[in-house]
Amino acid sequence: MRETNRILFRTGVRDGIPIGLGYFAVSFTLGIAAKNAGMTAFQAALTSALINASAGEFVGFTLIAAQAGYLEVMIMEAVANARYLLMSCSLTQKLAPSTGLMHRMLMGFYVTDEIFGVSIARPGELEPVYVYGVISMAAPGWTLGTFLGVLMGNILPLRLISALSVALYGMFTVVFVPAAKENRVVACLIGISFAASFFFHRLPLFQEISSGIKIIILTVIISLAAAWLFPVEEKQDS
Amino acid sequence: MKHNVYVYIIIMAITTYLIRVLPLTLIRKEITNTTIRSFLYYVPYVTLAVMTFPAILEATQTPVAGGAALVTAMGLAWKKKSLFQVAVCSCIVVFVLELFLV
Repeated sequence: MRETNRILFRTGVRDGIPIGLGYFAVSFTLGIAAKNAGMTAFQAALTSALINASAGEFVGFTLIAAQAGYLEVMIMEAVANARYLLMSCSLTQKLAPSTGLMHRMLMGFYVTDEIFGVSIARPGELEPVYVYGVISMAAPGWTLGTFLGVLMGNILPLRLISALSVALYGMFTVVFVPAAKENRVVACLIGISFAASFFFHRLPLFQEISSGIKIIILTVIISLAAAWLFPVEEKQDS
Repeated sequence: MKHNVYVYIIIMAITTYLIRVLPLTLIRKEITNTTIRSFLYYVPYVTLAVMTFPAILEATQTPVAGGAALVTAMGLAWKKKSLFQVAVCSCIVVFVLELFLV
């Protein structure tokens, strides 16, 4: 039992290393945003250590810069991170029903796009020890990157910052493109999502809606339509 | 009133944690409803796709560089390259293109 856990942890570490490196690049730009909001390197690193959410932290730093009200911060944070609610619902289906509360509470702290992505991609039931292996590599990259971003952000030329800013999106494609390769419905959904998101972004009618809310509306409508039209018959982990 | 940065951080942390942990701890049984299962299966892919495009076009100094980065990232992800390789290569594409375009 202990031996299996060790192997599982090590597999998690292996999958976590590229995530940690990617996080480092992405959170570096996050640190720059934090600095612009007037935060110290410690405050920004603390935010990253506690929150682990790219979009949520970006929104948060913007609101802090504007000295927004606490309630507004709470609501926007909930909106920006609402997708994690859906991911967490997916993740709980992937766990053995007997998985203990402590494991669930620990894993809940790190439901991020990428950790969720590799967790869902595991064959069979998800073992918490594997997730801890991933976290052990990913979390330090995220916090350290934010910290250094605050300290060194304004030394970097705009050119470099512009290049670094696409790292985040590169990470997203690593989750959805391989899934599209395996499943034709997912491939079509990606195309539809791109198109719908583009129109939502361009149409003047929707200009007033915040981007966080747009993401939720589109996600729910497209996924729900797909679930009705193309139900997934088998269990995904089979 | 001047707001406290640490209060902001704590509010953000608690809100985000509750969103993540409640389904994991409260939903213990397997969901058998096919529609809900299918919905949850599609959600992560759709939400990440929606977040990626067209946002990536506006992340760079010129949309062409962002578009090229997206094509590069998707091509490498299709070939099952690692997260790190995909992230770094798309950054390099932007950097090189913007040397000429900006």
